[in-house]
Amino acid sequence: MSVVEYGQGGGMAACPACVVVPLAQQQAQVAARGRLMLSLPSAHCAACISPVEAALAAVPGVDSSRVNLTMKRVSVDAVAGVTAEALVAVLAGVGFEAHELDAGLLSATETDRQGRELLMRLGVAFFSMMNVMLLSVAVWSGAEGATRDMFHWISAMIAVPTVIFCGQPFFRSAWAGVRVGRLGMDFPISLALVLASSISLFETIKSGHHAYFDAAVMLCFFLLLGRYLDHRTRAVARSAAEELAALEVPRACVLVDGAEVVRVISEVAVGDLVRVRPGGRMPVDGVVEVGASEVDRSLLTGESLPVFMGEGMVVAAGEVNLTGPLVLRVTAAGRDSSLHRMADLVAVAESAKTKYTTLAERAARFYSPLVHILSFSAFGYWMWATGGDLRFAINISAAVLIITCPCALGLAVPAVVTAASGKLFRKGLLLKHGTALERLAQVDTVVFDKTGTLTMGAPEVADLAAHPVWALEVAAGLALGSAHPLAQALAAAARAEGVVPAEVSDLREVPGYGVEGVWRGEVVRLGRADWCGAQALAVTATYLSAGGETQAFAFADRLRPGAEAAIAQFKAQGMRIKLISGDVPGAVGALAARLGIADWVAGALPAEKVALVRGMTAEGRRVLMVGDGLNDTAALAAAHVSISPATALDAARTASDIVLLGQDMAPIGDATRIARQATRRMLENFGISAAYNVIAVPLALMGAATPLAAALAMSLSSITVSLNAMRLK
Amino acid sequence: MEILSILIPVSLLLGGVGLLAFIWAMKTKQFDDPSGDANRILMKDWDDKPKQ
Repeated sequence: MSVVEYGQGGGMAACPACVVVPLAQQQAQVAARGRLMLSLPSAHCAACISPVEAALAAVPGVDSSRVNLTMKRVSVDAVAGVTAEALVAVLAGVGFEAHELDAGLLSATETDRQGRELLMRLGVAFFSMMNVMLLSVAVWSGAEGATRDMFHWISAMIAVPTVIFCGQPFFRSAWAGVRVGRLGMDFPISLALVLASSISLFETIKSGHHAYFDAAVMLCFFLLLGRYLDHRTRAVARSAAEELAALEVPRACVLVDGAEVVRVISEVAVGDLVRVRPGGRMPVDGVVEVGASEVDRSLLTGESLPVFMGEGMVVAAGEVNLTGPLVLRVTAAGRDSSLHRMADLVAVAESAKTKYTTLAERAARFYSPLVHILSFSAFGYWMWATGGDLRFAINISAAVLIITCPCALGLAVPAVVTAASGKLFRKGLLLKHGTALERLAQVDTVVFDKTGTLTMGAPEVADLAAHPVWALEVAAGLALGSAHPLAQALAAAARAEGVVPAEVSDLREVPGYGVEGVWRGEVVRLGRADWCGAQALAVTATYLSAGGETQAFAFADRLRPGAEAAIAQFKAQGMRIKLISGDVPGAVGALAARLGIADWVAGALPAEKVALVRGMTAEGRRVLMVGDGLNDTAALAAAHVSISPATALDAARTASDIVLLGQDMAPIGDATRIARQATRRMLENFGISAAYNVIAVPLALMGAATPLAAALAMSLSSITVSLNAMRLK
Repeated sequence: MEILSILIPVSLLLGGVGLLAFIWAMKTKQFDDPSGDANRILMKDWDDKPKQ
């Protein structure tokens, strides 16, 4: 599916302010400043910034433009007359793929605020950590008496407010866990923070030897760092997912008293008349009132053959109008349209999906009780051994808590996920779920959809050489007169072969049927089989009737770039590959043979796709589903992990865990390798943390752990796990 | 040891200045496009419309 089809028809001039914006106030603001947002998936370096900004600056009416390379977006301030379509065309002219974004849907303010809050706490924790650490150096080097007390007091004045301010995310989440009777990783963290701070404060008041202010603040800092990395990964994924939703700016061209008015979908009512131009996607469900055309249902059903559509016939939202303009009487719009009902089905399928337990959760489930048991048994033992010295026993149990507290564990997973998702993002893959990486690493079977996934949904002539030259010339001459994708593909193929189009006069496009014209005094036709009097083939084809006979031009879908490479990589990794399509057996079999896929199923209905995926899952296989259509969505949701291209329907993208941003499919073969490596790194990181604990915990239990030992263990383990995460290739 | 009563406040003050600078940078959204800023410094053309 070409990207141009998004946003309902090419030349429709709707100002960005007409775009759906939930808040009226925000809408007014957008209109006043005339800010347009475009997505730039292919931007990746400095060399991409200048041409984009220069090209946009050259457009009359554009005040300024700014590329955001992190988000891969460009925001343009322009006068009201400048349309996103025009800017997309300008960027295409300088070689950049761009898509219009719905500015209203991009209000990522909530996650933005959360991220900024975390970053603020992180900054404060860093400041305190550095200062308290410096102050502690004096104590570690053997400061005594009043000097030590002074250093402890200054540390306390810095550390206690810091712990209160920076520890809030942990306290909140621990409290939320306690209320539902569940001890997560945040409970021991909070306990360690509170216990370490209060015991240190108590020791300071009593002018004792050991204070753990540095440990408490450092714990805070490293854990916040892990939390922040985790948040950032998810925020990037979420904003990109929002961006994809914002790609489809839903508008319809409503006929009001004969005049065309562009409206957002939510304002279209049942009974309205809606005009859909050739090349546009049906915005609503409806019945054809005026016009005849062909529609492409490939995104909904997977069939690549266009279907004839005449007056009184029913169309569904999401289908693409190919040849003639249609006027529809709306039967359902927006939330009630068949597209949305299908999306709801997917939501049900998703909620039924068994919840995956992440490695970190499994580690925490094992680790959290262990920490408490160790700490309390140390407390109990030293109470008994010292004959009831409460102060000493609490000191020991606090030291145990601080040392076992998984500083490295809190960093181990986020650091790896950040490194891996950054790597995948640069390859053009977007992780939508935090657990997708781990699930991707377990995959042993790959299921592909055909139309729009392995193929581009764009046809190319398969048997040009099989036709006599005169037929090619006539067909090329006729094809020039039509905007139908098959005709255009035929004309392009003929041009590439050096065929000179024949002189065909009186060219006339008959919407829904084909083109006809006069060649050497004879009426010639190029179009549907029944209209040309030909026998229909099993595959996608267009038919020529000329010279008293008929010719059939068969079409094959163009392969998605990188599809062969991806399949070869999967095969090299020993995966089982299956092709499940809703298309006719002829087309599916030909593609399977071309790609070397032995295992294929044709004519599968959406429910059959799900059943096949479920069946494989029941056999104990971990299925990666790659699909784009509405007919794939339920299967995408049912699979262990799923990938869909960015050109897929909204519902399919919502259901999938990973989105392929570019057109090239080759990265997905590499993605499984990266995922496996990332999982291995996580396990290694757990191992490293455990190794540090094996050395440090006995020391702490014996009461030999000084604040210096705690600080060393904590910083060393955090640094090693971060470095290990960065080794990801 | 009296020097500590000067040095410690001074060092804390300097650290505090750093913290304030960080908070200011964050409030003025200088962390919104880190990879873009990293790349922009490599561009040869004069940026006559820097982000406000």
